[in-house]
Amino acid sequence: MAQIGYSKKVMEHFMNPKNVGVIENPDGYGQVGNPVCGDLMEIFITVKEDKIDDIKFRTFGCGSAIAVSSMVTEMAKGKTLDEAMLITRKDVADELGGLPPQKMHCSNLGADALHAAIKNYWVKIGKIKPEEVKEASHEGEEGESCGT
Amino acid sequence: MCKIYLDYQSASPVDPRVAEFAERYLSNDFGNPSALHSRGLAAKAAQEEARAKVAELINAESPESIVFTAGVTEANNLTIRGVVQRNAAKGKKLLASQIEHISVLNPMKDLKKGGFDLTLVPVDSMGIIDLAALEGLLSKETVLTSVMYANSEIGTIQPIKEVSDLVHEKGQFLHVDGAAAAGKIPIDVQKDGIDLLTLSSNDLYGPQGAGALYVRPGVRIQPVLFGGGQEKGQRPGTENLYALAGFGEAARLAKLEKAEESQRLQAIRDGLIKEILKIEESYLTGHPTKRLPHHASFRFSRIEGESILLTMDAMFNIQVSTGSACSSRTLEASHVLLAIGLKHEQAHGSMIMTIGRQNNPDQITAIVNATKKTVERLRALSPL
Repeated sequence: MAQIGYSKKVMEHFMNPKNVGVIENPDGYGQVGNPVCGDLMEIFITVKEDKIDDIKFRTFGCGSAIAVSSMVTEMAKGKTLDEAMLITRKDVADELGGLPPQKMHCSNLGADALHAAIKNYWVKIGKIKPEEVKEASHEGEEGESCGT
Repeated sequence: MCKIYLDYQSASPVDPRVAEFAERYLSNDFGNPSALHSRGLAAKAAQEEARAKVAELINAESPESIVFTAGVTEANNLTIRGVVQRNAAKGKKLLASQIEHISVLNPMKDLKKGGFDLTLVPVDSMGIIDLAALEGLLSKETVLTSVMYANSEIGTIQPIKEVSDLVHEKGQFLHVDGAAAAGKIPIDVQKDGIDLLTLSSNDLYGPQGAGALYVRPGVRIQPVLFGGGQEKGQRPGTENLYALAGFGEAARLAKLEKAEESQRLQAIRDGLIKEILKIEESYLTGHPTKRLPHHASFRFSRIEGESILLTMDAMFNIQVSTGSACSSRTLEASHVLLAIGLKHEQAHGSMIMTIGRQNNPDQITAIVNATKKTVERLRALSPL
């Protein structure tokens, strides 16, 4: 039978999102999406011994956008930065028990926001050049195409 | 926690009196109205009784002016294609307000592909059609103008008589989509000067799967379906007798009770609007007074409508609607909200409440509190 509406897991994370909030003076910060398209996500991280020590998010968007943000923060917490960079949009959607097909692109920006935050940190510590971050945020923009 | 249903424009329960009246046509009194035996004749009589009741609701000249269909989308398609194609020799121009329902706009857009010229008439920030623009666009070539009686997303009621006067002075036929308005406010096709009107059964607390088209005597349409010649060939197909009989009874009850019920609903609506607008950065969408008595629609800045709908439902057991792009199949922003001048990011924060039979004034406080908490919750999550 075709899935009707959101999975139970999506609703759990939507109703009780984990890691909501702001980290003052984060080690890394990433923002993707655009309010015009209906989704804007930001992720804050602190890093300890190359691992994500703390992570918080804030999201403007639909049910899946909020659930995705919550889930990606849970998945990334405690992982090394390299491991966290390997988390894909699909991983997040799978972990949520799937997303409705039309939501796979527009609101599934959690992994992009996470990667943006990590790259922001890497730039700060001189591991990568700022140009490489630009590329990352461009990835996000591509995914959010909302036809406007 | 009690369920509070506030999405009557999407689906309404069948009135128990209607269900009781029509039930017999599912079982004992079934029959094909085209058959000549006694069962068929009884079915035909039931169908014609329903037709007369629907005609009376809108003060049609005679029951013969009513064509039954399987719903309002079909009625809109039949009206638009039917009248435009039948009268193509009289002109190739089509007009519609920017905020028509998609079951009006899409058949018109399809006709445009076939060589007709379609222009959308703008509305103001409250959703009222720009009469000066309409006048400027109308010509003898304008074979059909379509303006809805009232809009289901923002509740705004159009000045149909003025529209009708302009159309008949400068253009040809006027189609009015009356689905959202019928049973809520009076519609009189003769006084209003309407050539073609479409209606939905479920909006009157009748069964789903029935709609109707009023065709003013003298206006000719051609069918879009071809078959056995039912409905004088205008809409062939064996009738859904249960739904039609229920539609008729719902129309009869609506005619009797709508004035009192609309007054009751309007008091609840006004309470909701007054209290909800106290929420910071909340705005009414549509017209404050020229609006359907059961309709309250809003937008909230910095949050998104699908999240509002889901939170209201999951946390408070209150069912509302939204015009947010994120909740639509196409993920496109509501053409109605954009037409009244909202930006995309503003249109995303839409919430629509349509109240009905099962609502009462005692629910206002619970609804308002739930809305406040929902908005607070989502704003706390929002980076904006």
